[in-house]
Amino acid sequence: MTPVNTFESELAIIGTGLAGMAAAYFSQSLGIRTAQIGVSSSAIYASGYLDLLGVHPVERRQQWTDPFSGIEALVRDAPFHPYARLTRAEIQQALDGFLGFLSGMGLPYERREGVNSFVITPVGTLKPTYAVPESMWAGAVACEKKHPCLIVDFWGLKGFSAIQITQMLSPWPGLRPARIPFPAVGPSVDLYPEQMARSLEIEKNRVRLAEDIRPHLMDAQAVGLPAVLGIYKSAAVRAHLEGLLGVPVFEIPTIPPSLPGFRLKERFETEIARKGVRLFAQKRVLKVETENRKGFVLSVGDQATGEIQDMVRARGVILAGGRFLGMGLRAGRKAIIEPLFGLPVFQPGKRAEWHENDFFNPAGHQINQSGIETDEHFRPLDRSGHPAFENLYAAGSILAHQDWMRQKCGAGLAVATAYAAVRAFMGIKRL
Amino acid sequence: MQTRVLIIGGGATGTGVARDLALRGVECILVDKEDINAGASGANHGLLHSGARYVSRDPEAARECWDENQILKTVAPACIEATGGLFAAVQGDDEGFIADFPGYCEKTGIPCTPVDVQEAREMEPALSERLIAAYAVEDASIDPFKLVLENITEAQSLGCRFLRRMKVVGFEKEKSRIRRVDLENRETGERLAVEVDMVVNASGSWAGQIAALAGASIDLIYSKGTLVITHSRITHRVINRLRRPSDADILVPGGTVSIMGTTSIRMKSLEDIHPTVAEVDRIVEEGAVMIPGLETARYIRAYAGVRPLLGGGGGDDRSASRGFDLVDHAEAGIDNLVTITGGKLTTYRLMAEKTADLVCDRLGISEPCRTRTRPLASHHQTRWTVPGFSPREWFKGHDPEDLLLCECEMVPQSAVDQIIAGFDVFEKKVDLTGIGKRSRIGKGSCQGSFCSVRVAAYLYDRGVASARQGTVDIKTFLNERWKGQRCLLWDSPLIQAELQEAMHCGLFGLELL
Repeated sequence: MTPVNTFESELAIIGTGLAGMAAAYFSQSLGIRTAQIGVSSSAIYASGYLDLLGVHPVERRQQWTDPFSGIEALVRDAPFHPYARLTRAEIQQALDGFLGFLSGMGLPYERREGVNSFVITPVGTLKPTYAVPESMWAGAVACEKKHPCLIVDFWGLKGFSAIQITQMLSPWPGLRPARIPFPAVGPSVDLYPEQMARSLEIEKNRVRLAEDIRPHLMDAQAVGLPAVLGIYKSAAVRAHLEGLLGVPVFEIPTIPPSLPGFRLKERFETEIARKGVRLFAQKRVLKVETENRKGFVLSVGDQATGEIQDMVRARGVILAGGRFLGMGLRAGRKAIIEPLFGLPVFQPGKRAEWHENDFFNPAGHQINQSGIETDEHFRPLDRSGHPAFENLYAAGSILAHQDWMRQKCGAGLAVATAYAAVRAFMGIKRL
Repeated sequence: MQTRVLIIGGGATGTGVARDLALRGVECILVDKEDINAGASGANHGLLHSGARYVSRDPEAARECWDENQILKTVAPACIEATGGLFAAVQGDDEGFIADFPGYCEKTGIPCTPVDVQEAREMEPALSERLIAAYAVEDASIDPFKLVLENITEAQSLGCRFLRRMKVVGFEKEKSRIRRVDLENRETGERLAVEVDMVVNASGSWAGQIAALAGASIDLIYSKGTLVITHSRITHRVINRLRRPSDADILVPGGTVSIMGTTSIRMKSLEDIHPTVAEVDRIVEEGAVMIPGLETARYIRAYAGVRPLLGGGGGDDRSASRGFDLVDHAEAGIDNLVTITGGKLTTYRLMAEKTADLVCDRLGISEPCRTRTRPLASHHQTRWTVPGFSPREWFKGHDPEDLLLCECEMVPQSAVDQIIAGFDVFEKKVDLTGIGKRSRIGKGSCQGSFCSVRVAAYLYDRGVASARQGTVDIKTFLNERWKGQRCLLWDSPLIQAELQEAMHCGLFGLELL
């Protein structure tokens, strides 16, 4: 057995999804000695689009162009929604800060202040989102203006059909599909986005790609491609292609796990460590002990073997482990539990009420309202309704009374609650 | 359109009748308002009974089961895994019944061998420590999808046509004969009139509704049964609880999984049949008495079917006859309509034989039945339903351009092409659900989350999906899978469901479509 070291920190963040990333960023930017532990399995499912609020009320499928008005309506109707604990100023500051962080690590975003964009999904639907990766922005613009556009797909890239996307987006005059072979691979062998992206970081492959696209260009004022335009040099890859083609080029997310999520994970891990956060990547917190109700000792290790490899001592903890996929919550046959702290979990009375008969019921499933209830400082409550610990906070989708998937509010919720939780830990006055 | 015999219902019986008639050279058309195995044929245990389950109260049905068990093992070995079976009693089970069981078997002529309790637990370590008696019988598992696809594929190769998603909407009668059957395409609403000499009503639980539409009557009771599929195989053999038939007393292995069931709930209507959380919990808890590992097993799917049981009246549905009924409606004034209903999957061939005999008698055809001895050929098109077939094919060597659309079960584009080619031109629609029924697509660990999108994209590329329909079809397909998932979503299946929702609702926004 290897000796187990103890890392001393002020704040430990459990989870490496969007909420965990945001919490780590805000924490280190306030000069807090931070540790972060998590398996970034869910980050790689991210499409790149950052939602703030898209739909409310979900059962009426009402979509919002102005997300802040949408949030106002939401918190009026759902006073327990985590957004109800935040001011507009806090949400805006959180987003500005986080988008600045992403931009600083080479993943710039575009948005129109206070306005949702409608963006193209891998199956050709449009969804309302707030911040769009720069690499996808020309698509949002072209879609709004209905500019003549070419959508390109590749022999061998499954689950991404330019024909499907163009048919779904009809009527859109001048929107055309084209299928071409992927450069340097030949026709139709199984292609995966990561491998394609690496290949396009080589200049001659981009030249070849542009040559193959050019005959299809005609009157197109922009070209949409699956999100495979480089991993580490994505901005340069796209700029080069745009130069070769003479029109804006934009990415459309592929089905998960897709490149934007992978880029985010890769950049984040490097950048957050560089900024001084001690990141225990691909590790899980296996056990938590509390010290005199003042601090925490986390046993960190490998989930599969149960082997404890590190200890982390922290004065405060932010629980940002997500719901079930992130393993922040665990569902048994009879009840849902929070496995690390044994916190009470708000949930429907019995399993029969967890899910609707119609998977796509716009009203959503009851189970998605389940999660951790907190006080106004995002501190989880115990059974008596008081903060379970002085310095335990929760952020992101583990929070109760929200349905981020139907409301299209996942990123905003993650980033804004992480921001508020970090500031509460520092005792900073609310905005 | 015109045919000698129109068969209504694409389950085991209807496809069995189609094959039987086709082998006798009788021209026929098979129609189903859904697709193959949409009713009880697609929602059962996949159990080829030895007959032992029925020895105490229905010796005739038991005897039929045993005869057909032996015939099918000979003619359809590719659809059957001769697992053998055990009847097992645990502490607290009725000792009188246990003592009488071998006598009943002997009287009915069904093989049954006592097995020492210790030995039984060595044969099947999953059995409870509280086992008190065990008997070995000749049960086996049978793949109802492969079976039905083989039947219809052979019938089609002999000239029978199969029209999916075609609903019978009316019978045009002339005096005491049905002259014409009116069909409606469920997708397009188009009507199709078929002139017929004979009509076979093999619509299972819907037999009463079809008969009523023709002006005849059939008295059926509907008994819903729910089953659950485990993620891995629990026993080598079929395990029956040695007691009077009750909830959750049969565990049937099939390939890499096991199927536990059933429940029995009287239903008034055939609308909206789906398994419930309460039924799943009942099966898990009651099943665990005999097989304790069921309490902690991982489950991948639940499903429910409706048994069409004969005769109304009172009493317990479990004691209603499992025999079948061939009704000649000539007695009620319709000369050319017969209804075949009741019965078991195990006796489907016999039911088809008796029905075809009657039809041929009416049509003045003297060709004998051939299904008793003629092997059920293993067709090219049916192989994609078999677990493990696709991966084996793939590793044997493949065309690198033949991409895998389903990565969990390794189903390539060429499989989808073959399946599409088998659809009748009258349907005018290629649906994901129909492709799913004929392959392992949607049945792997992703439960369709990813392969549905890949197949939909491929159908657009092939030009067989268009406008919004191909994307909307993803919803239909996933909702069909969902019916079987929603009552067993805890632990890892719930995680998979959350991922599916994040993708299909969170990102694609399909709930808004």
